[in-house]
Amino acid sequence: MILSLKNTFAQIGNATLFASRFFKELIVPPYEAKEFLKQCYIIGYKSFPLVAITGFIMGLVLTIQSRPTLVTFGAESWLPGMVALSLIREIAPVITALICAGKISSGIGAELGSMKVTEQIDAMEVSAINPYNYLVVTRILACTLMVPILVIFADAIGLVGGYAGINIKGDVNFYRYLSQIIQSLEFSDLIPATIKTFFFGFFIGMIGCFKGFNAANGTESVGRAANSAVVTASLSIFIIDMIAVQLTDLIY
Amino acid sequence: MIKEKKNSDPKSKDKNQAPIIEIKNLHKTFGKDNKVLQGVNLTVNKGEDLVILGRSGSGKSVTIKCIVGLINPDKGEIKVFDENILNLSKSELNKMRVKIGFLFQSAALYDSMSVRENLAFTLRAHKRDLTADEVENEVIEALENVGLSDAIDKMPAELSGGMRKRIGLARTLILKPEIILYDEPTTGLDTITSREISELILDIKHKQKTSSIIITHDMACAKLTADRIMVLKDGKIHAEGTYEELEKDEDEWVRSFFE
Ligand SMILES: Nc1ncnc2c1ncn2[C@@H]1O[C@H](COP(=O)(O)OP(=O)(O)OP(=O)(O)O)[C@@H](O)[C@H]1O
Ligand SMILES: [Mg+2]
Repeated sequence: MILSLKNTFAQIGNATLFASRFFKELIVPPYEAKEFLKQCYIIGYKSFPLVAITGFIMGLVLTIQSRPTLVTFGAESWLPGMVALSLIREIAPVITALICAGKISSGIGAELGSMKVTEQIDAMEVSAINPYNYLVVTRILACTLMVPILVIFADAIGLVGGYAGINIKGDVNFYRYLSQIIQSLEFSDLIPATIKTFFFGFFIGMIGCFKGFNAANGTESVGRAANSAVVTASLSIFIIDMIAVQLTDLIY
Repeated sequence: MIKEKKNSDPKSKDKNQAPIIEIKNLHKTFGKDNKVLQGVNLTVNKGEDLVILGRSGSGKSVTIKCIVGLINPDKGEIKVFDENILNLSKSELNKMRVKIGFLFQSAALYDSMSVRENLAFTLRAHKRDLTADEVENEVIEALENVGLSDAIDKMPAELSGGMRKRIGLARTLILKPEIILYDEPTTGLDTITSREISELILDIKHKQKTSSIIITHDMACAKLTADRIMVLKDGKIHAEGTYEELEKDEDEWVRSFFE
């Protein structure tokens, strides 16, 4: 028990060092622009379909589930506003981030893990190529920028899903639906919700890279790296979310 | 029991310049009690091919990984080109690494890149001002050197073991190193391919005037390439000499390698 606690703290310490190296190497050349764009493509573009489907279902289900409660209070007309608020503030960022943890963090963990195990990272090292700069900086940066975009995309699709949900029972014009949403949303809802997604993205990338980069020898450690990347990234998303909510609550 | 440098090695005697690689009293322990290296001493002279023999797990790979700074030894001294590599800063070490080619036991090709990109990536990292055409020419030349110019557009997964080794060698050679460390260049290959690779190693030595350390279990390769052989046992150099000398060594254990 004490040993595993000690291990956990050691891991957190190592991960912090690993993450701080990112900021150091981010500003020093060489800049691997091509690899960065490639990672943006893989991490961002290739996740669009998955995020679109889940985003649509989130909006749809949330609307269908919320309706009975609001109907009881005779507040059915609040439905669009309520759905939009919970989607944009909380559900779309967290669910999208969790999906990215599953898809991206594990992918990075497995990729870098197998590169580590098959000595490809060592091969870069001995040809005097900085593997951290080439592999890690590009991936963390791509995640930090792509996850917020995916979340905004999920927000939009989620609202479309919500519209579909409302029209299952009832008939609301799309412009009316939109104007109700815009009325109920404030600018101050968007800012903290967007800021936290950058942190989600950063941690998703960083944890995937950390686990992969530090995979032990042997093929089974590749699976372990991918697996523990997902678990750790998901957990950290909830923790960041909790902190973000508390901070937002303090400020507004 | 360490053999004295008997009457052997005329090559090193008439050299008065410092050796290219000099390792003194190298120690490395993994974990608590996996004592892998316990005082390795070895030297490589200019233009010399040194073969290291030893059982599986005796620490041959660890030794050469120490030379390029992939593994940090616990104790000892490693001098390459008369500089103690354990004292170098990160950027000095990287400058040194460019002069040292390293062929991995597993070839370690970058799986996500084609053969062309594997070579070009390594080259471009060091010569950022080369034009695309110049890079392409150097890549083609390096592949021709290992006789695999038609594999240029293949992915590593499509290559056979022998091809991977040769592409790995081409990738190592593209930076024109002065020292090459070969980790089992012929293991797992058929006799004919092994022989081709051994001849390639000889060829490189003569054409590019390199000095090398070759780790191998393949005695045919050792016979062809070795100027001098060292046998590693229990974390130390157990015997040293030319192929002909060690073949007739009085120690049965050493002789058993040559049977
Ligand atoms: N990175 C590492 N971490 C922990 N132990 C290691 C590491 N690298 C090597 N070892 C240990 O060092 C010992 C020697 O390994 P090494 O790879 O040098 O053997 P070798 O002589 O090259 O054998 P082979 O001929 O099979 O390649 C082994 O017991 C291995 O478990
Ligand atoms: Mg080995």
